Amino acid sequence: MFGITMSKKTLLNSKEIHIILHRLACQLIENHNNFKNTVLIGIQPRGIYLAKRLVAILQNDYAIENVLLGHLDITFYRDDFRRRDEPLEANKTYIDFIVEDKNVVFIDDVLFSGRSIRAALTAIQSFGRPSDIELLVLIDRRFSRHLPIQPDYIGRQVDVINEEKVTVHWKEKDNKDAVYIINN
Amino acid sequence: MSQLSTQNLLGIKHINKADIDLIFKTADHFKEVINRPIKKVPSLRDITIANLFFENSTRTKLSFELAEKRLSADVINFSANQSSVKKGETLIDTANNILSMKVDIIVMRHPNVGACDFLSKHVDAKIVNAGDGTHEHPTQALLDSYSIREKLGNVNGKKIVIIGDILHSRVALSNIYALKLQGAEVKVCGPKTLIPKYIESLGVGIEYNIKKALEWCDVANVLRVQNERMEINYFPSTREYSQLFGINKKMLDSLDKEIVIMHPGPINRGVEISSDVADSNQSIILNQVENGVAIRMAVIYLLAQQIKQ
Repeated sequence: MFGITMSKKTLLNSKEIHIILHRLACQLIENHNNFKNTVLIGIQPRGIYLAKRLVAILQNDYAIENVLLGHLDITFYRDDFRRRDEPLEANKTYIDFIVEDKNVVFIDDVLFSGRSIRAALTAIQSFGRPSDIELLVLIDRRFSRHLPIQPDYIGRQVDVINEEKVTVHWKEKDNKDAVYIINN
Repeated sequence: MSQLSTQNLLGIKHINKADIDLIFKTADHFKEVINRPIKKVPSLRDITIANLFFENSTRTKLSFELAEKRLSADVINFSANQSSVKKGETLIDTANNILSMKVDIIVMRHPNVGACDFLSKHVDAKIVNAGDGTHEHPTQALLDSYSIREKLGNVNGKKIVIIGDILHSRVALSNIYALKLQGAEVKVCGPKTLIPKYIESLGVGIEYNIKKALEWCDVANVLRVQNERMEINYFPSTREYSQLFGINKKMLDSLDKEIVIMHPGPINRGVEISSDVADSNQSIILNQVENGVAIRMAVIYLLAQQIKQ
């Protein structure tokens, strides 16, 4: 009989993540200067950790204060409501500013099919009409998109097959910074 | 848990504490949604809902309709006084005719006790009870508890008195079930004739003296006297009722604590509560109305989630 084998490969360790986060922060500064007209939006549930990290780096290492950060939950905007076996569970949306005419940067941990970002593009409209929207992701799973959506800022690109899962662990939640590729 | 234990919302009697917690948690999200500049989410864009109101309603009907529209569902409305019911059609026939138009959820108010329960056994749609006679009005009880939780932080351990026409009130019965499930202490207060026999078997206390009831409670939920359901006189006059069971500001000010005043509406100002009480800072009557939309969105969303493609 075949046994069930599960392999777990480390894609990024904590040091590599540290370097990538600083690079992403610098790339954001390059495009958004002092962030006067820019807001960062972490996509719930996992994008908020990356977003908070970036804000901390911008403040502590580059002295950019008052960066506006919101949390956007996309549950009610998803296109797979009633099409999944598992019911969807919502998270908190917290945006206490207006995004009208702002440069919005969506922040998420992994970009896969693009459907979450499609939902986020609809959801953000409830808070006004942004001037433009960019996308920052830690991991870009290439060649797996269902929709014509591409990131503007990329931590690391990976080619993995659909059966493989990419999971991002954060110190605040999972005790360790790491990115794994899990093969079921 | 992220799924209701029930397929329909017929009454609080048929749900459990985990269901209530899930509905409240979901309503928290929707309350945030309805306070956005654009108060709408597209979740239910492929769901059709029929609101069947066989009895008059303003607030509940508007609240359900708004909740459904905020979820992007398609909505059809039906009122008995302008329909084929007057021509002798049965409830099941009316419902099945509406279902032939591919309706997924029915929200129904009906003057007869058990009408929603009956309908749920005969038609293939999710049923939400929006009040069946003197029996239950589950979404009202949910929004009442939700409003208490919002104001006082918790329902568990709180003392709640329901004042007025308990006998004819579906709000009272649903509230008693909901509050007991959440661990509140409940008393009812009103004229002896309007307190049902054996109500204590539900685990509630009875208090005939309004002053004592107010001194005891953290929250007073004041009900309207339902003259339309009374075939006989249960008390000598409205004036006497108001003198014995009406709440005014002077009474509230004489208490050594600040209690919360609730009312499911419509208010008969000057009968069960005076205007200065209804409009005071202690009253959360308008919060109840706002929370009603969020609670109904949550209930409909959670039931719709169970409808498979």
